[in-house]
Amino acid sequence: MKFAVIVFPGSNCDRDMYYAAKEVLGEEADLVWYESAGNLGNYDGILLPGGFSYGDYLRSGAVAATSEIMQQIKEHASKGKPVLGVCNGFQVLTEAGLLPGALMRNEKLSFMCHFEDLIVTNNETMFTSLFQTGETIKLPIAHGEGNYFCDETTLKDLQANNQIVFTYENNPNGSVADIAGIVNKKGNVLGMMPHPERAVEMLLGSDDGLKLFQSLVQNWRESYVVNA
Amino acid sequence: MRNVTVYITLKSGVLDPQGKAIQESLNSLGYDEVQSARVGKTISLQIEDGPNLEKRITEMCEKLLANPVIEDYRFDVEEAVQS
Repeated sequence: MKFAVIVFPGSNCDRDMYYAAKEVLGEEADLVWYESAGNLGNYDGILLPGGFSYGDYLRSGAVAATSEIMQQIKEHASKGKPVLGVCNGFQVLTEAGLLPGALMRNEKLSFMCHFEDLIVTNNETMFTSLFQTGETIKLPIAHGEGNYFCDETTLKDLQANNQIVFTYENNPNGSVADIAGIVNKKGNVLGMMPHPERAVEMLLGSDDGLKLFQSLVQNWRESYVVNA
Repeated sequence: MRNVTVYITLKSGVLDPQGKAIQESLNSLGYDEVQSARVGKTISLQIEDGPNLEKRITEMCEKLLANPVIEDYRFDVEEAVQS
C-alpha cells in the first residue's frame, strides 16, 4: 500500500507519520509537499499529519483547507480511498468540509500533551476493524484546540450513522459527547485528535496505534484483491 | 476603494472559554458587574469597489474568514478616504 504524507508549512508530525507507515508498517510512503498537487492519484492512502499548518493563522487548519492540494484530496476521498487526518490533520478535514463539526480551543485553554484512554466505539471501519468495539486503547494527545464541537442535529446524525469511532474515557478537552475521532458517512475519511502514529511501538509508551494502520492495510489488501 | 471590517464572534450557543477566563479576571479585579465576556476578532480588508461587493464579502466570510459551524459574522463597508 502506498501512502502520501501531506506536508504543509508548519506540519510537524509528518516524520512520525512517515516513520509509522514506512518503517513500522513496512509499506511504501512519501512525504508530499503541499505544492506538489497533481500526483496524488498514484497513492492508495492519504495521511494528513499533525502540527500547526500556516501557524494556525485565522483558525487551525483553515488556511491549509483552502490550498490547491485539498482539491486532490477531496477527489481521492470521493473515490472511497482512505484519508486519515490526525490532530491538525483532523482540523484541516473539518475546515475543508470533508468531516462535519469543528475543533475549538480546549475547554481549559491549555495545551495538553499526555496519554489518554480511548474507547473504540466502532470497529466496522477500514481504520478500526482489528480492534474490538468497546476496547480501551492508550494513545497520546498533543493539542490546544481539540475540543470537538458540532450542533445537536449533526451529533444525532453522527450517532445514527455510527460515525463516532473513538471517544475519550476521561474527556480532557470538552469535546461534545467525548468525541476523539469520527469518520465521514462513507467511512473512508477518519479524523482524530489523538496520535496513533506516536503509539506504534512499545518504546514510545504504547503500540495501540499500530492496529489502526494495520487495519487500513489489511482492508486495502482485501479490497485490492477483490477488485484486481 | 472600500474599507471593510469583518467582525467574527462565536455563536451564542458555543462555549467561549477565553471569554469566561476574561470575565473571571475582570471579576477578580473587582469589576463584579461584568456578567459575561465573549472574544471575537476583526479583520480589516481593503477592497476595490465593484458589482456584487456585499455578495462577494459574504462569500469570503462563508468560505474562509468565519467557520459557520461555530462562528457568526457581520461586516461594515465604508468608503475609503483618499489620503
